Amino acid sequence: MSSKELDLRQVHDTEFPLPAEMQGNVAITSLSKIYNWSRRSSMWPMLFGLACCAIEMIGTASSRFDFSRFGMEVMRATPRQSDLMIVSGTVTKKMIVPIVRLYNQMPEPKYVMAMGACASGGGPFKEGYNVVSGIDKYLPVDVYVPGCPPTPQALLYGLIALQKKIDGQSLANLDDVPWYGVGPSEPTPIPILGPDIIDPRQMDLIRRQAELAAAGKPYGVRELPPVVKTTKAIPSKAAKAAVAEVVDEGELKRREEAARRRQAVLARKRARDAAKGV
Amino acid sequence: MVDYEVQAPPTTGSAQDAATYLKARFPGVVSDDTRPGFQGVIVQADKLGEVAQAIRDELGYNYLSSATAVDYLGAGDHMEMVYHAYRISGGGALNFKVQTEREKPVVPSLVNVYPGANFQEREAYDLYGIHFSGHPNLKRILMWEGFAGYPMRKDWREAYYEGEAKPFESRWPAGWVHRAEERNVFGSNVRYPADFDLSKLTDISDQAVYNSASISGMGVDYQQDEMETDQLVVNMGPHHPSTHGVFRMVLKLDGETITGLEPVMGYLHRNHEKIGERNTYLHNIPFTDRLDYISSMGNNFGYVMAVEQLMALGARYTPPTRRAEIIRVLMAELTRIVNHLWSIGFFLNDLGAFFTPMLYANAEREKILDFFEAVAGSRLMCNYMRFGGVFKDIPDRIRSTANLMNDRIRDYDTMEFLSDMINERLPRFLEEYDRYLTGNEILLERTVGQGVLSAEDAIAMSCAGPLLRGSGVAYDVRRADPYSIYPELDFDIPVGKQGDLFDRYMVRMQEMHESLRILRQLLPLLEETKGQDIMSGTRAYNPRIPQGESYGRVENPKGELGFYVVSWGDAKGTQNPWRYHVRAPSFINLTALGPMSVGQKVADVVSILGSIDIVLGETDR
Ligand code: SF4
Repeated sequence: MSSKELDLRQVHDTEFPLPAEMQGNVAITSLSKIYNWSRRSSMWPMLFGLACCAIEMIGTASSRFDFSRFGMEVMRATPRQSDLMIVSGTVTKKMIVPIVRLYNQMPEPKYVMAMGACASGGGPFKEGYNVVSGIDKYLPVDVYVPGCPPTPQALLYGLIALQKKIDGQSLANLDDVPWYGVGPSEPTPIPILGPDIIDPRQMDLIRRQAELAAAGKPYGVRELPPVVKTTKAIPSKAAKAAVAEVVDEGELKRREEAARRRQAVLARKRARDAAKGV
Repeated sequence: MVDYEVQAPPTTGSAQDAATYLKARFPGVVSDDTRPGFQGVIVQADKLGEVAQAIRDELGYNYLSSATAVDYLGAGDHMEMVYHAYRISGGGALNFKVQTEREKPVVPSLVNVYPGANFQEREAYDLYGIHFSGHPNLKRILMWEGFAGYPMRKDWREAYYEGEAKPFESRWPAGWVHRAEERNVFGSNVRYPADFDLSKLTDISDQAVYNSASISGMGVDYQQDEMETDQLVVNMGPHHPSTHGVFRMVLKLDGETITGLEPVMGYLHRNHEKIGERNTYLHNIPFTDRLDYISSMGNNFGYVMAVEQLMALGARYTPPTRRAEIIRVLMAELTRIVNHLWSIGFFLNDLGAFFTPMLYANAEREKILDFFEAVAGSRLMCNYMRFGGVFKDIPDRIRSTANLMNDRIRDYDTMEFLSDMINERLPRFLEEYDRYLTGNEILLERTVGQGVLSAEDAIAMSCAGPLLRGSGVAYDVRRADPYSIYPELDFDIPVGKQGDLFDRYMVRMQEMHESLRILRQLLPLLEETKGQDIMSGTRAYNPRIPQGESYGRVENPKGELGFYVVSWGDAKGTQNPWRYHVRAPSFINLTALGPMSVGQKVADVVSILGSIDIVLGETDR
């Protein structure tokens, strides 16, 4: 393949140093890297929209934002050919049954993205009697994209985050790539539409609760200690330390740098506007 | 009891005349609704069929716009069905109601008189448990068969119940709360009946679908999984690229010909109305955005109109300012273009022109969304209108906010942008689109003479919008029951001739031209009123709304969108609606899907559905 069609720097593993004149012409790579690269560059989402967020998803797929730039333009209507399920909208109890079924039909490796407030946690409709408060009650989610609806930019950011996640997976680690383990992966049990939606994984819990109810105890409610009001603000040093604990230093530096840059751009822009007298 | 003299029925005249006539025609059966702020008449339940027949045939109210239930628990302890009927020739509503007990509510079905009541009665049965005697297919429509309870009743509480009305004490002013999941043992939004026996659990949701009148009787033994005839049942959806969301159809096929169709919905039923009753009036505006999420501005318009009608019952009410009205109409008409671009794009998708026309249409739509974003702060969910006006004036310049680096690309003078879009861009695009598509032979082959709906059927089934007008009925709320500044604007109502797919397509194309015509008239008005107030009255965060009922309706791109709002329970005015009902055009238009599809080929049902132009947020609410 000529370097015009493929930028070899993308597949080159920086662990192997190359002289400058060879960069872009020769690539030395690892199996994990090239495998991840090919996978992340051809993430096929399922053509599947649930609610309002789907409109923004279609907007992202259309010419203006165009996620085919990330190799994602092939939206497949069948789960059998898709790698990514973008849960774009409110998940209702009636709909979760087909959703779980669709998820089970997707071949491994598969990823789930919760797009928008509804898919992430119920969103504005959380208290509704027919609403599942977040797809993660049933399926493992890889990326959450906040927003109601997330803008196409936000969705693209989420997709890039997913690509990063894939980049970080290593073939050497079976925890990362369990689908290479022995035997087929376990299907998620399909929920049942009874008097209310029933998660088969909770059968025992339901049974135990029924026994409690038969014994005259309250059914289905958990007694919680009263919430303690606290007005004490978290000192910002402690907050920074807490952030530093989960975010690595380079990332923190990069963010600060980005924030500075943004401020600079804003300042320049204000100056420009002022000069123009807008 | 006053004795009325029976005169010839007034077939034009006001609703008041009609009520007088009805009281004389059915003495003792029909009486005025005397609650403060309420209109219309109350009909005795057992005579409802006869009275409705008279309303339709003698008084000429042949278009049933909305039928919905209200639960007056603790306020008379009865269930009420509220009907709003109109004359297709135009004019105001005749509002009639029946009351029934809460324990075993039974109301005669009106499907024989108004076939358009079919789905709405099923909805009332589903959510309120009202039985409609004589209904041909009475079963749950939004929830699944087997669900415990009737969730819209006032005494039914959801699993995450916190309080009767927002703002919830726990969240404000206290503010520190447990999450709803923590309080629930199952950690999830579920609640089972206390005597729930897991061993007797059966999932009957699908069985009920297959037993429907239109599908059953074909030898499918659902239990035994075997078929005895050579007919075929095909499920389309809820996951299917042609159903525009999570809509499902069960088709009965003979070869490729459709012999029965059962629409199944509720896959996006997110309890809009129940949540709407807990919300304050203001809270509901962003929720209306999420009804027909392609035309959120239009939804805002309908809702604020309904609440403004209620506010007008009070003493201190000032109507929206002129500039506010102009901006509202501007937004509503831009929304119409947005929606029609979208729906025509997807209609062509359904015809097999996979995504190319859609991409062109969407690129144009994005330009309008830029304007919405600059004005309201959001591309899609504008949350823009308020009681008495709009939330913000049109800014001087349109800039991108999300992407600073692109600022040089998007920085326009708003009025220039608008005038360029309305006078140049959109007309040019429409002309181009028209040239490429309308005469196209494949398009003609697939649409002319397909999916025909006659004018009589369209009226009887309460169809609205381009579906109704495509069948040759020139009914447009903007003209038939004018609101806002539409009376002073000059525009025509495009209608079709045969009521086929092509006519609906053409009606939408022409409506976009008419919208542009309106927009051109608005531009000078906008310049004229520049700098004037965009809100009237006080900007109350949580206004008290006087007691009463109102039905506000607008001509949304998909058809007549109505909001039935009841304020009840406090003589000083209420902060939360007692009842908040949405008359969704997408939902009721689907009544016609079955009749239009039977006899067609299975490939056509996709385009027929596309020509109705549904959006699931509104269908299922
Ligand atoms: S997150 Fe908002 S936009 Fe997305 S589906 Fe939910 S309500 Fe609609």
